[in-house]
Amino acid sequence: MKSLEELKRIKEETLKEMDLRQAKERGKIVVAMGTCGIAAGAKDTLLSIIDELDKQGIHDVKVVQSGCMGLCDREPTVEVSMKDQPAVVYGDVDDANARRIIREHVGAGKVVADLVIKRENI
Amino acid sequence: MIRNELLICAGGACITSGEKSVKDALIEELNSHSIQEEVQVIETGCMGACDLGPIVVVYPEGTFYQKVTPETARLIVSEHLVKGRVVESLLYTEPETQQKVASGAEIPFYTRQVKRVLRNCGVIDPLSIEEYIARDGYFALATALEMSPEDIIGVVTESGLRGRGGAGFPTGFKWKATRDAKGSPKYVVCNGDEGDPGAFMDRSVLEGDPHSVIEAMTIAGYAVGAQRGYMYVRAEYPLAIERFEWALRKAREYGFLGENILGSGFSFDIEIRIGAGAFVCGEETALLRSIEGKRGTPSVKPPFPAQAGLWNRPTLINNVETYANIPQIITKGAQWFRSVGSPKSPGTKVFALAGNVQNTGLVEVPMGTTLRELVFDIGGGIPGGKKFKAAQTGGPSGGVITADYLDMPIDFDTVKELGTIMGSGGLIILDEDSCMVDVAKFYLGFTVDESCGKCTPCREGTRQMYHTMERICEGKGRDGDIEQLSRLAEVVRDTSLCGLGQSAPNPVLSTLRFYQDEYRAHIYDKKCPSHVCKHLLTYSVSADKCVGCTACARQCPSHAISGEVKKAHVIDQSKCSKCGTCYEVCRFGAIQKE
Repeated sequence: MKSLEELKRIKEETLKEMDLRQAKERGKIVVAMGTCGIAAGAKDTLLSIIDELDKQGIHDVKVVQSGCMGLCDREPTVEVSMKDQPAVVYGDVDDANARRIIREHVGAGKVVADLVIKRENI
Repeated sequence: MIRNELLICAGGACITSGEKSVKDALIEELNSHSIQEEVQVIETGCMGACDLGPIVVVYPEGTFYQKVTPETARLIVSEHLVKGRVVESLLYTEPETQQKVASGAEIPFYTRQVKRVLRNCGVIDPLSIEEYIARDGYFALATALEMSPEDIIGVVTESGLRGRGGAGFPTGFKWKATRDAKGSPKYVVCNGDEGDPGAFMDRSVLEGDPHSVIEAMTIAGYAVGAQRGYMYVRAEYPLAIERFEWALRKAREYGFLGENILGSGFSFDIEIRIGAGAFVCGEETALLRSIEGKRGTPSVKPPFPAQAGLWNRPTLINNVETYANIPQIITKGAQWFRSVGSPKSPGTKVFALAGNVQNTGLVEVPMGTTLRELVFDIGGGIPGGKKFKAAQTGGPSGGVITADYLDMPIDFDTVKELGTIMGSGGLIILDEDSCMVDVAKFYLGFTVDESCGKCTPCREGTRQMYHTMERICEGKGRDGDIEQLSRLAEVVRDTSLCGLGQSAPNPVLSTLRFYQDEYRAHIYDKKCPSHVCKHLLTYSVSADKCVGCTACARQCPSHAISGEVKKAHVIDQSKCSKCGTCYEVCRFGAIQKE
């Protein structure tokens, strides 16, 4: 360790690893992990979401799991609620769809209309 | 890829209540669900809520699980992490509303605290120097090394930081005196000999955030012109020693200790010295003798350690919590530090909350917080609907704060006016069932045991006081005892060599001041109003309640109870040993205790 730059580099790198412990205020993504969801591949969906958020450099959105949402034939289902916006529930979220949702909805702020099951307050 | 992190509190209390087996169960269950690659398990320092341990926090949700057992730990994995269902039965229940609280951030015990010294405790892995750096660790050192030593001392002085070890001496003044002192080499010492019964603030910092102390000592070394530091920590803290040692090794590896630190040309290193269990070694001159390898006995001040300390060289000695404040003062500035607390006692103070209070544990609050906030808002009040009687501060060197002063802001100066001291931060809450004479006797007994014996007032004076207290509690108190106690207490206070002796009479003086009626009841009426001192108790059977079940007579170890079956029994006072067994076994409330 010889310089402030090196110190900053370690800070940035480690902060990424400690990312889960930071306050995430901009939004929340809930992956339904009931038996039906898991059977339909929700576990892989969850990991795809985390991976894509990381790739897009998005660190202010929380990814959490929930139990069954009750839409068993459209599993895996994912609810995206960005701050100050109505929550949107997506169905049939496989790896490719998960990555689309992250890029288009979470990243660019555009709801992925063809995957929507339900929108709050419309 | 990591999707969840499990933070387990590995502070002393949680380890004692089974943290290790909880951790093993979590890892085993993660493996059995094959999600060990997705969920990381991290052991942290003390999270503070010691009576709720073992504690597991699940991130990113921040779900706070309390009193986890190996069995329920498996539920956290199979329910929360696999199926996404929060394990309701392990959540904290708000006592007033009976609501379950999901996130630790919403528990009143935490919401009212201001975490500065403890900001990393329970948040980072204490064994990871990288996580410390990620939380701005060692940036203060980098900043300080670009400042002049005088400027650093200027910032510390301006911050108004006062020694957290008990006396509240201005830290900046100590630093300046050590820098200005002639003689070399100079030394930096950290006092981690936390000996007050019930106090564990320093242990938690050393266990949970060891690098903050290393960083501060290095800054202090640069500021006062020392190249060598000593961490004096008591042998009773093996985990603190282990983690501090590991932290030292990592700091050397990263070049924060050793030769030419961060290319500044400044060299500094720290060595651990382990105490041997003597309370007096928390006194700075005794501590320095102990580091030198001599018997730990105090010496007359002046000369102060700043002039002639370790091996007669100028030595800076501060307490663990004091050092832990330094890095943030350097990075955030003196004004930031003064933004909480009272003008003469800025910053925060860590208290170890213990005794008759709902939430025991470690709390950090701004100086000037009232006792009411500490006991009732953060501490959750007195268990069992009992009344608050007093708070004991400063351990064996302190005294009591009574219910009349619940709304007084607590800082170094206000507690001194009440005849007690801030001390290192032990705060023991006493309810209406506590006998203040007995409490004072307990603390006095502690100092009698721990007096090093070098000076007569402390060695003999405290012992004589203790004998008097013992007599009073045994019902053999005499007219004139109160006057004799007060006179002796003043002599011991004024003529003892070091802080231990000078403060040893405080528990007696303080309780004499506020609870003299209890002393009088013991001495003149031969009664203990709180029914604690057993020699002053009388057990009797109330004839109208006694059904003659014979339970008490059969259990009485001194065969003092007689009576026929189905008829009222009688206790022979001359045989009664006052053990209280009859009181415990009677199912009809017929035994009276006075």
